[in-house]
Order: sequence, then structure tokens, then C-alpha cells
Amino acid sequence: MFKKILVANRGEIAVRVIRACREMEITSVAVYSDADRAALHVRMADEAYSIGQSAASESYLNVPKILDVARRSGAEAIHPGYGFLSENARFAQAAADASVKFIGPTPAAMEMMGSKTRARQQIEKKGIPLVPGTSRGLGSFQEAEEAAAKIGYPVMLKAAAGGGGKGMRLVHDRKELRPALEAAQSEAQRAFGDSEIYLEKAIVNPRHIEMQVLADEHGNTVYLGERECSIQRRHQKVLEESPSPIVDEKMRRSMGEVAVRVAQAASYTNAGTVEFLVDQDKTFYFLEMNTRLQVEHPVTELITGLDLVQLQICIASGEKLPFEQKDVSLRGHSIECRIYAEDPDNNYFPSPGRITALLEPSGPGIRLDSGIYEGWTVPNEYDPLLAKLIAYGEDRPQVISRLLQALSEYFVGGIKSNIVLFRRILSDPDFRAGRLDTSYLDRLLKSPSAQAKFAEAKHADANIATIAAGVFKILDSTSIVRGADALSTNGSSGGPGTSNWRKTARIEALQ
Amino acid sequence: MTCDFTIDGKNFRLELECTEAGWHCVLDGQQRQLDAVLARSDLLSLLIEGKSYEIKRERTRTETYLWVRGSRYKVELQDPRSFRRPKRGASGQDGRRELVATMPGKVVRVLVPEKGEIKAGQGVLVVEAMKMQNEVKSPKDGTVEKIVAGEGTNVNAGDVLAIIE
Repeated sequence: MFKKILVANRGEIAVRVIRACREMEITSVAVYSDADRAALHVRMADEAYSIGQSAASESYLNVPKILDVARRSGAEAIHPGYGFLSENARFAQAAADASVKFIGPTPAAMEMMGSKTRARQQIEKKGIPLVPGTSRGLGSFQEAEEAAAKIGYPVMLKAAAGGGGKGMRLVHDRKELRPALEAAQSEAQRAFGDSEIYLEKAIVNPRHIEMQVLADEHGNTVYLGERECSIQRRHQKVLEESPSPIVDEKMRRSMGEVAVRVAQAASYTNAGTVEFLVDQDKTFYFLEMNTRLQVEHPVTELITGLDLVQLQICIASGEKLPFEQKDVSLRGHSIECRIYAEDPDNNYFPSPGRITALLEPSGPGIRLDSGIYEGWTVPNEYDPLLAKLIAYGEDRPQVISRLLQALSEYFVGGIKSNIVLFRRILSDPDFRAGRLDTSYLDRLLKSPSAQAKFAEAKHADANIATIAAGVFKILDSTSIVRGADALSTNGSSGGPGTSNWRKTARIEALQ
Repeated sequence: MTCDFTIDGKNFRLELECTEAGWHCVLDGQQRQLDAVLARSDLLSLLIEGKSYEIKRERTRTETYLWVRGSRYKVELQDPRSFRRPKRGASGQDGRRELVATMPGKVVRVLVPEKGEIKAGQGVLVVEAMKMQNEVKSPKDGTVEKIVAGEGTNVNAGDVLAIIE
């Protein structure tokens, strides 16, 4: 087993990996940019090294600087987390060249899955169900026209090197095809330096369901159940759950077996996720494979009882998987809410800044993977993910109740957050009935009845707010030492009046 | 103390005293039984007619919000000594208007230079936060009198970005 691991990431995922290292008695090494000196992952790690300026390209994406820290600190392995360099095959190769173990798949497997057309070609060869489409880049407009006519409109144009919605265009009919193709090509060229575009049948209102796989370096591959990830905005997941409300035992087995075949087609090792689109008839199609630990891995951990990060570390150190497929059993239900620094009243625009107050939830079945603390300033340079609130319970209704309770305890002051959004989702009849697809959230946010109901609930306590505003006004003017005042009045029922003499006495004592 | 508060646009009159005997509270002419304890700064525990409320206070440079049972209320105190009315309903087409940053971020592009003409709804500059860009639009027809925060400037919520005349 490794003695020292470098965590090449920041935020909640760096904290998550550091926790796993601690539990395994492995020394953890954090890296940080100028903006992150005071970040939680730096405070928690055993060792921490500066890797330069705040811009990610100068720090968390800078391969030579990170490998230099690995060398200086004597780290034997690197955990890349998600995002940043986690799916960068050149980084994995550079680590291998520097004799540092990359905790993830091989560079070859990453490369194969990184190009969507190459992945499609491999998957097609194995006879795995794919979204109908071309598995090679479109050479010309004519080729695109023929392929689209054969598959049938609507079609989706996608960038081979793509991700995050860049270079993607939905085309409803023939006359939209030419401008869409040109736009997608130039966008892909700008975003990825590669203008290769391919074409797929557009599946109407699909669900997005993914399967977690784990493979050791001795040829054993298992699947660990699905995650329902249909609740998204701007191609960004917002809430995930496992199991999916529509996947039964039989469907899980067939999806799981396909996912294992996909992983084996790439000689895949370590943790990975096979994404599927599922149509209204519950037919599933391979979409892509993510060659890293996912943000939403905790829901799988809770229903399987496994620690995926620790298993990743064990696999990378050469150990065999300690269980077989038949040993994997799913129990209960789990839902994750991604808490983002976003302003719900301003079209969910990111909202960095100083956290002036933080009240964190707890209780039965509640897990909080957080990268923030009170008094910390959320930097402007990185993703707005603050924390993940995850609940576990016997069944879906219990998990929803637990989350609603936890959300009511959760408070992030000083910056805006999307905490209020989850109350809306979790109370929505369609969500409760499991009627989900990838456009669900946009629909919910636009729905006038949901908005009206929300506004109505909001005004019920305006009179309470008035009384509170008055109490704050009086306390602000009477209290001289506010922080200490809070302690002395705690538990006394007579209001601040009874403690004024104590305050005065304390101030006199200080003089 | 008697105060008039505007809560999310609605007016309330509150009489409130804190004496040795406890709190005396009258809201819009109706007496309420009240007890209050500051649990920590900006976190209040209220007992009103036996019901328990936890109130969280959030203050920005210019505004105060209170959270009650998961909803956020904007609080404005109407100061009787002031003749200024709460600013609202400014006609939109007259006078100088300040464009203010709603979020912290960085100005990445100025779309209309100083002295340039601008239409209502047209973008004046682009602010980027956490890798997302947001166009700040002019509230009125006119000219850009001054760009206060030029390209590369880091801004906080409430900072003036530009002045439209």
C-alpha cells in the first residue's frame, strides 16, 4: 500500500480523498493555488504545497508543477479527483513516466474513451446498443445530410472531443442542418482544438442513467448499481439518486452487464462510470464512459456500503477486488443535492464571496461532503460547487423527508446558494412520482403554478420577519459586545435586559 | 420603540419594548406574546405565542434579509426622521443611472465605450464569475457617461460598474 498520496484537486473532493487517506493511515499531500491558501483541503491535509497563481491553467491544470510537488514530497501516487486533470491522458502518462502511480485508468483507456467517435467504434464492434448515428467524423455536409436522412430527424450533432454541451446542436429538419453543422464545427474547434463532429439520433425527453463500475488490475470488473442523473441545468447535474425510480432488478442486471462489457472493451481499470440515455420505452443506449470518480459517487457508496475512494486506492496499489459481483447487494435509497454558490433570483448566476454564517445539517441518514467553512471566501476562479448534501434511508419517501428536514437546517449566509431550489424539487409531485427526464428541471422552473405556490408560501411569515427585524434592531442598539452577549443570554429566558448588567460589568473589567 | 418596516414590499407597524419583565410586542395593533434570545450573532430564537422560530440574518452592503422557515424576506426600515422615501419606481428614462454589480466577479469586456450611445436593454459590459459570463444591460436609452470598472477590474456586489446618462 502507498505511504503518501498527492491529491491534485481542491474543494469538497480534495477533502473527501484526504479523509480516505487518513482512514487508511496514508499521508496526504495537498496542492493549492494563491486563491486557496486558506481552503479547507489545505487545512486538513498532512502536507500542502503552493502551485502558483489562482487561474486554474497556472495551478490545478499545470502538469509540471504538480509532478514537481509529487517528486519533492515523495508521494507515490496521485489522486486526481474529478474535473481539472482527472480525464487527461497526457497527465496520467506524465505521472507514469515520473514513476508516480495515477489513481485511475491507464492512459490508453482514457484516450479511447476521451474521443467519442473512437469509443463508439469500439463499442459498436462489441455489439453493444448505441444511440443510432455515425461512429466517424462527418467528412462533408453531404455525408451529414445522408446520415441524417437515414437515421431520421431530429438529430443531434456532437463534437468528438466534446463535453459540457460545447459543439452540440439539436437539428429538427433538413434546412437547419447546414448552419448547425458549421456552428458546431467552429465551436468545437475553439473549445477543444478539434472540429470533428458526428451525428446521433436525438432521443426525445431521455433519462440520463449511469452505471458505476469498478475494475482491478487482475481482470475483475463489477458493476455497483445505477444512478439516476436526469435532473440537470445547462448540462450540469443538480440532484442524483440511486436506485433510479424506473430501473428494476432485470433492467439493472442488463445495464450492469453492458457497462462491464464497455469497461472490458477498453481494458478499463479502477473506478469508472458508463452513461446511458434511456428513452420513454426504457430502452437504453450507451452514451459515453467517464474515466474518473464522479461527483455523485456518494449515493452509490450509501446503498452498497462500499467506500469507492478507498477501493480506488487499493486497486491502484495492485490489490484484487475484495468481492465479486454476487457479493454486491443494494440496500435502501440515497439522494444527493449539489449545493452550488448560485443565485436562484438571478437565473442561477454564480455567486462567489465570503461566507459570513454557516449552519450545517445533521441527523439520521445525513451525510455532508463539504469544502467550505464559516469565514472562508469562496474564490471567483473555480466551479461553484460548495458541498454535497446526501441522505440515506430505507426507501425513497424516507430519504425525501430526511432531505427536506436537513435542508431546513442548512444555512449558508453572505453568499447566495441554491439550497431553496431543492425544497421545490423534493416537494414537486412529478419528482415524487419519479417522472423525470433531462428537461424536467427547466420545465419545473418555468411552471407558473409551481412558481405561484412558491411565492405564496414565501409570504406566510412576513409578520414573523417584522418582529424579528424589531428584535434585531433593539439588540443591535443595546448590545455592546455582540459575540459575548450571545453567550451570556444563551438559555436565559428574560431577554437581554437581565444580562445588561453582566455586559456592563464585563466591559468595566476589561478596562 | 415604534417602527415601520417594509417586508418584501409590504408595510408593518411594530411596537416593541424590552424590559426587566420581558418583551412587549404589538404588531399592527395586535399584542403578541414574545420571547427572544440571540443564540449567536445573526441567529435569533423567537418564541411567539408558544411557537418557536429560528431567524437567520443576512446583511449585504446595502440590504438586510431575514430567513424565516426557509424563506427569505427583504427588510427595510422606514426611518420617520427622514423625508426620503424608499427609492422605487424611478421612471427609467430620466437622469443619471448607476449600473451596479449584482454579484462579485471580474469585468472581462466593455461592450460600449465611454461617450458611446446605448439603448435600453443593450449590454454595457460583461462580468465573469466562476467561469460564467453575464452581460450587464443598460436600464435606459442614453450615453455611457463613465465606465467605473474597466476591463480586468475585480468587483464586489453593490459596486458601481458604469454610469449611464
